[in-house]
Amino acid sequence: MKTLGRLVRAGAVLGMVAVMGSTIAAQGRGGAAGQAPGAPAAPAPPPTGKAGAPIDLTGTWVSVITEDWRWRMITPPKGDYASVPITMDAKKAADAWDPAKDEAAGEACKGYGAPGLMRQPTRLRISWQDDSTMKVEADAGTQTRLFHFGDWKAPGGAPTLQGDTTASWETGARGRGGNAPPPMFGNLKTVTKNLKPGYLRKNGVPYGDKATLTEYWDLLRQPNGEQWVVITTVVEDPTYLSRTWITSLNFKKEANGSKWDPSPCTAR
Amino acid sequence: MGPITMHRTLTAFTLASLLVAVPAFAQGGVQEAQARIQGTFIDLSGTWANRLHEDFIERAPGPHIGDYTGLPINDEARAVADAYQVSMQNMPERQCILYTTQYIVMGPQNLRIQQDLDPISGAVVAYHLSGTVDRATHDIWMDGRPHPSPNAPHSAGGFSTGRWEGRVLTVTTTHLKSGLVWRNGVPHSDQATMVEHYARHENMLTVTMILTDPVYWEEPFIRSATFELDANTRVLPEPCEPQVEIPRTPGEVPHYLPGANPYLAEFPKLYNLPAEAARGGAKTTYPEYGKALRSTYKAPDKCTVNCCAGTPLAMMNNSAALCRADDAPATPPAAGAPAVPASPPPRRE
Repeated sequence: MKTLGRLVRAGAVLGMVAVMGSTIAAQGRGGAAGQAPGAPAAPAPPPTGKAGAPIDLTGTWVSVITEDWRWRMITPPKGDYASVPITMDAKKAADAWDPAKDEAAGEACKGYGAPGLMRQPTRLRISWQDDSTMKVEADAGTQTRLFHFGDWKAPGGAPTLQGDTTASWETGARGRGGNAPPPMFGNLKTVTKNLKPGYLRKNGVPYGDKATLTEYWDLLRQPNGEQWVVITTVVEDPTYLSRTWITSLNFKKEANGSKWDPSPCTAR
Repeated sequence: MGPITMHRTLTAFTLASLLVAVPAFAQGGVQEAQARIQGTFIDLSGTWANRLHEDFIERAPGPHIGDYTGLPINDEARAVADAYQVSMQNMPERQCILYTTQYIVMGPQNLRIQQDLDPISGAVVAYHLSGTVDRATHDIWMDGRPHPSPNAPHSAGGFSTGRWEGRVLTVTTTHLKSGLVWRNGVPHSDQATMVEHYARHENMLTVTMILTDPVYWEEPFIRSATFELDANTRVLPEPCEPQVEIPRTPGEVPHYLPGANPYLAEFPKLYNLPAEAARGGAKTTYPEYGKALRSTYKAPDKCTVNCCAGTPLAMMNNSAALCRADDAPATPPAAGAPAVPASPPPRRE
């Protein structure tokens, strides 16, 4: 029996060592091929873009407007800035809002730039344009945002309604190499700059050309099978905001794109 | 059986026994320890400031009477809310009724999260979320314990268990007492259950709550709120001591009889909304409803109430910043001027 007990203990120890060893091995996976024996393993950069996606955001998503309904579902009255940490300059600009003037100037889409677009009642259609570019289309205002992964550099040039967006996966995982499978959990982080001035709200509450939009996209699975994307949204704007404006937006996944209904921008 | 085969068999047997014998909590502790080593552990503890950058009016001063916009409620809920009179809350026996835990994403309060650690393994046994200003404490058990029997007592805090799903803490709450969702009387029942997701991004914590209630809600109700880590945030308990605030006849409960609430029409009138839109319902939360509404809707020419609410401008003692009558700082009116705005804002609960 003593022998059996020793064997059991030895088995337990060996098992633990095996488990720990596999963990360590997994952490070190992905070292460069052809590396000299004994050289420290330099982990290859983790896969990014489509190959590195820990979550699947593709499909059609509908915004469910259960928050700020009166400011999002309809255009609120002029001079309604509630909840937005605006400056006096922003108030002056919003007080001068004139939708007829925007229409005449061909600027009916000022409420559909990235920071305003995501708060619209809209559906999003998310797909991969290529292995390192995610495409997010909105049927409200028929807009398209492109999220660039990897070492993409913005081309520069004039600011645009949807700006330039860099994207990365936040997994928290360390030591993963190029051949490791993508982690099963994580979120998308996007940062959008080079934005053409527009409106945070359709009633003319403004953001300027120095605004930055940072978004964290979390995929949440429910016990009833529903999937939601919740986007934590941070707008920084030294021109019109006295501090960062932080909100969160909820989109529910739809079975198909049958309710996709593109519509043009409206200024009112 | 040769010695090698026997060794393998015993190793497999021992590992299998360990996995079976180790309770779920301890396995969670191993996962947590591994997460700490790998740098993926997410610390939720601390004080978190509520910036109220969404729904400021509903969450701070309180919603208008009859404003059910964006709420996927059914006729039962409307009937309860229409009959509600906020004066009910100053009855001594109701003053200390707590808001149920769904109020984390509905109310104006800040948040303090503390964790209980197992003294041996260091694993998180429970998170405790503060309950300030009439809000129930929220205890989230992380040790794998089951939810109690459906016949167990319900409380304002309910019974909550949590588990990490990658970088998100998912919490399931049952055994809630009935409570208020909005302070204008919109209810949830004691059959409601709640799933929450806590996602930390840098120094922000987004709490998403999905409330499912077969009694009062047509669809699961989703809300999210984002808090900022802020060590200077005050999160203090406020003990409640009931007192007689308004003498009443014993047994009198303030309320409106069906169809008798005189204030329901004020809110839609203030914003030119069709009455139906103010009544809420699942269909009013989807883009196609807004598309149809906008084809006929005309906003008032100018905002008249709560226009600066929640903005820095509302706190400025500067007449140029004022954007509504009741933003005015508390200064004595000029001689001959009315002591109150000529058009007082409508009643809020």
